[in-house]
Amino acid sequence: MSGAAYPVGVAARDVAHERAPVRSSEPAGAYQHLVVMAPAIAALARPGQFVAATVGGATSGMLLRRSFSIHAVDPDAGTVEVVVAAHAAGTTWITERRIDDVLDLVGPLGQAFPLPDGGGAAVLVGGGYGSAPLFWLAQVLRQRGVHVEIVLGAASADRLFGVALAAEVADAVDVTTDDGSAGTRGWVSDVLPEVLARSGATDVYACGPMAMLRAVTEAASAAGAAAHVAVEEAMACGVGVCMTCVMPVIGADGRTRMVRACLDGPVFDGDRVRWDAFGDGLCRVPDDAVGAPQAGGH
Amino acid sequence: MVDLSTTLAGATLPNPLMTASGCAANGKELHRFFDISRLGAFVTKTVMPAARSGRGTPRMAETPSGMLNSIGLQGPGIDAFADEDLPWLASVGARVLASIAGGTPDEFAQVATRLLSSPAAASVSGIEVNISCPNVASRGLVFAIDPLASAAVIAAVRAAVPAHLPVFAKLSPDVTDLVTIASACLGAGADGLTLINTTLGMAIDLDRMRPHLGGITGGLSGPAIRPIAVRAIWQVRAAMFAERIPTAPIIGVGGVASGRDALELAAAGASAIQVGTATFNDPEAPVRVLDELAGLLDERGYAAFADVVAAAHPERRRQ
Repeated sequence: MSGAAYPVGVAARDVAHERAPVRSSEPAGAYQHLVVMAPAIAALARPGQFVAATVGGATSGMLLRRSFSIHAVDPDAGTVEVVVAAHAAGTTWITERRIDDVLDLVGPLGQAFPLPDGGGAAVLVGGGYGSAPLFWLAQVLRQRGVHVEIVLGAASADRLFGVALAAEVADAVDVTTDDGSAGTRGWVSDVLPEVLARSGATDVYACGPMAMLRAVTEAASAAGAAAHVAVEEAMACGVGVCMTCVMPVIGADGRTRMVRACLDGPVFDGDRVRWDAFGDGLCRVPDDAVGAPQAGGH
Repeated sequence: MVDLSTTLAGATLPNPLMTASGCAANGKELHRFFDISRLGAFVTKTVMPAARSGRGTPRMAETPSGMLNSIGLQGPGIDAFADEDLPWLASVGARVLASIAGGTPDEFAQVATRLLSSPAAASVSGIEVNISCPNVASRGLVFAIDPLASAAVIAAVRAAVPAHLPVFAKLSPDVTDLVTIASACLGAGADGLTLINTTLGMAIDLDRMRPHLGGITGGLSGPAIRPIAVRAIWQVRAAMFAERIPTAPIIGVGGVASGRDALELAAAGASAIQVGTATFNDPEAPVRVLDELAGLLDERGYAAFADVVAAAHPERRRQ
């Protein structure tokens, strides 16, 4: 093993498939922070995009890729960083990779966060390790002269990601935990109205669970700000062919369609997402969606 | 150089590798990773008369060496397919095996007719009839479990399509006797068979103590079902050797992830090979499998892919 990344397939101008050796893997609270060598992905990626990784090695019985938002890239060094939570066997396998072990990555995938022309203020909201892409985004926004505040929330202190990093890249940081083990006891949506009011933010960027994204969208709308939310949908392929990561989103024509989070997202305008369709771990097809429900068939 | 070409009921393809319907969308997504015109044929996602949203989520569950899906035949409908998707496929030089479905035999025929009215109809190398879709007249039971319903669909499509264009019936393995269904489809005018569609499965979310999939049951695919595909192809090809049913080309599909897997389906009797779920793991899988298969044939001294089709059958070994 030379330790050098190498391309697997013929890359188009906007996507690459690379075998990416692990450069470092460190625990970060309840999560694992990995740095891998993937120069083609690093050169192409923008904040909000994600990578999809195979798990379990060449003889694995786990076929489906796991998707992770990109935490950071260094195009000069050729590195890509991700933050992984060991939910189950596949993600645990990734957290157990050590230096020079190889990840099979496809990326960068999906739509990046839209960036304002410059100036003004933005609030970035992360739930749990959903905060991973926000620090890179904060740096990009501040380079454009945007005043940036970050709000991080989680169930408990060990499930926050990037509190120290937030202080480096943002003009102000607020922290909430459900159990009060760090910051304000409560949810991000409890402190968000005040943060929006004091910052005068015109744009809110958020990544985390659906319920949080809905609450962030409502708070942003109430404050007259635009919400850009990155969803954490379950995906099998990440590249748009399996049709499993769909969710109901209102298009430019005002009609709701079941669109692929991997291609049309993961970043959506919050006020375009049909939040009413989500609940109890399910997403139903709204009755007014294009081609809405008929029985049967797979 | 091994001759990789294959002939399917009059349609000659440069090689036997194809995408599998519903595992490759309609081409643009995979064309970012490889030139889809390299494939023997590109098999499109099943298209029905009208736009369909498909089901809610979760639509997917990972299972050992496989996955369950319950997409619900999401698609844009035949008008958008014929006017937008097919012309795009033609523009990149893809040979298209178009997968169609409907709720009644007449709807299948309407979809076929509309498909062939597309300005890009010349790119269609054949039609794959997805009879594993719900039969409106049978309270949603799929056509594929009933020989008469299957035959009615194939006869309707055959009548709507010019004779030079091959029609393939894609069969479900979830039947008591697959040869009976194959016989009914060939008797109704199918030029060939695609074996197999997914097999029905289910997973339960033990935390919420309810079915994992929004659609409750789903189609199982991936390497877990490859032995079922090999068995199905073998049984149907053996019935052809025994002259119980007419001899017709078989397109093999089910759990192929490597050149060796493709060779296994070919040896069981498949004249072409589709790669489906493996594409979710590796977006270049269809062309990787093609290259691996070419390498294996070369290594083993075969002059042509045609030499390995059904090669494991005793009738073929005696020839």
